[in-house]
Amino acid sequence: MDYARSSAQRSAASTKIVVAGGFGVGKTTLVGSVSEIMPLRTEALVTNESEGVDDLAAVPTKATTTVAMDFGRITLAEDLVLYLFGTPGQRRFWFMWDDLCLGAIGAIVLVDTDRLDEAFSPLDYFESKGLPFIVAVNQFDNAARYPLEEVRAALAIPEHVPMIDIDARDRESCKRALIRITEYSLEQLTASVAVH
Amino acid sequence: MALPTQPWTPDDDAPSARVVRPYTLTGGRTAPKVELPVEATLRREHGGSPDPTDANLSRILEVCDKRSVAEVSAHVHMPIGVVRVLLGDLIEQGHVRVQATLTADSSQDERRELIERTLRGLRTL
Ligand SMILES: Nc1nc2c(ncn2[C@@H]2O[C@H](COP(=O)(O)OP(=O)(O)O)[C@@H](O)[C@H]2O)c(=O)[nH]1
Ligand SMILES: [Mg+2]
Repeated sequence: MDYARSSAQRSAASTKIVVAGGFGVGKTTLVGSVSEIMPLRTEALVTNESEGVDDLAAVPTKATTTVAMDFGRITLAEDLVLYLFGTPGQRRFWFMWDDLCLGAIGAIVLVDTDRLDEAFSPLDYFESKGLPFIVAVNQFDNAARYPLEEVRAALAIPEHVPMIDIDARDRESCKRALIRITEYSLEQLTASVAVH
Repeated sequence: MALPTQPWTPDDDAPSARVVRPYTLTGGRTAPKVELPVEATLRREHGGSPDPTDANLSRILEVCDKRSVAEVSAHVHMPIGVVRVLLGDLIEQGHVRVQATLTADSSQDERRELIERTLRGLRTL
């Protein structure tokens, strides 16, 4: 074995999973359930809502606004940290997803069955970018319950995309979601190697 | 400028619409000098060039060790794009180095290796 290569591969690293979904769907709750720190907030710069990018070159020299995203961290090993970023799902925030999703393991699209339409934008985005994603249906107490296959049909989610139920307040449930997206990302990688 | 004592935490549910003046913080510069994913972890390097005199660079240098770009942003209350530019300075000056992440240039093997490590870690949580 090539020593330099193996030690480079084992060097300390960090990685990320993105949690997307509409306002109030449970993104911050999910992040908080599994994070080892209190969720933190970071901000990206917005030039204007249709074409903003988090790039100072595109920002007018005067004042500009920001959009927030919440995140948490999980130390998985001495040399490996996983970050979870919760990002607002509306189309006008796509500008920050390109930056956020680069190098991500994959994404969890959180869905509230009372507001299914809010899932369309993140689903479209991840499909168009080829980023592996799973769909997690958050079970709110007063919401009607639907079988996952009904939600899949209503959102036209392809057969191969994993779907799970989740309780964003429950650590074990959130852990299962993280494991599922990571397994799926690995399966996708294997599948893409196989066709090459 | 008063130093923030607490990092930003999600105290409300709404996306914020804070007004900032990014150019003031970066001294008019726009482009970061290095590629810095939000999850990239920084390590402080001691014994290089003299510590920066710029107050914003000092604030960042103070909090950045073993933290990601996103965490630094939360701790110094500056947007990601601003933090990237300032971290680029600190990296160029030899005060900070960056640990590995997956990038657009990562090979399939590197991707697989990191995802497998992540999966092992998650399963033993
Ligand atoms: N019943 C129930 N409530 C939840 C669940 N997830 C989140 N909530 C609540 O829904 C509200 C919005 O959640 P939040 O995480 O702030 O949503 P975000 O806007 O997507 O970050 C909060 O009051 C949460 O306590 C869940 O799985 N079940
Ligand atoms: Mg939130």
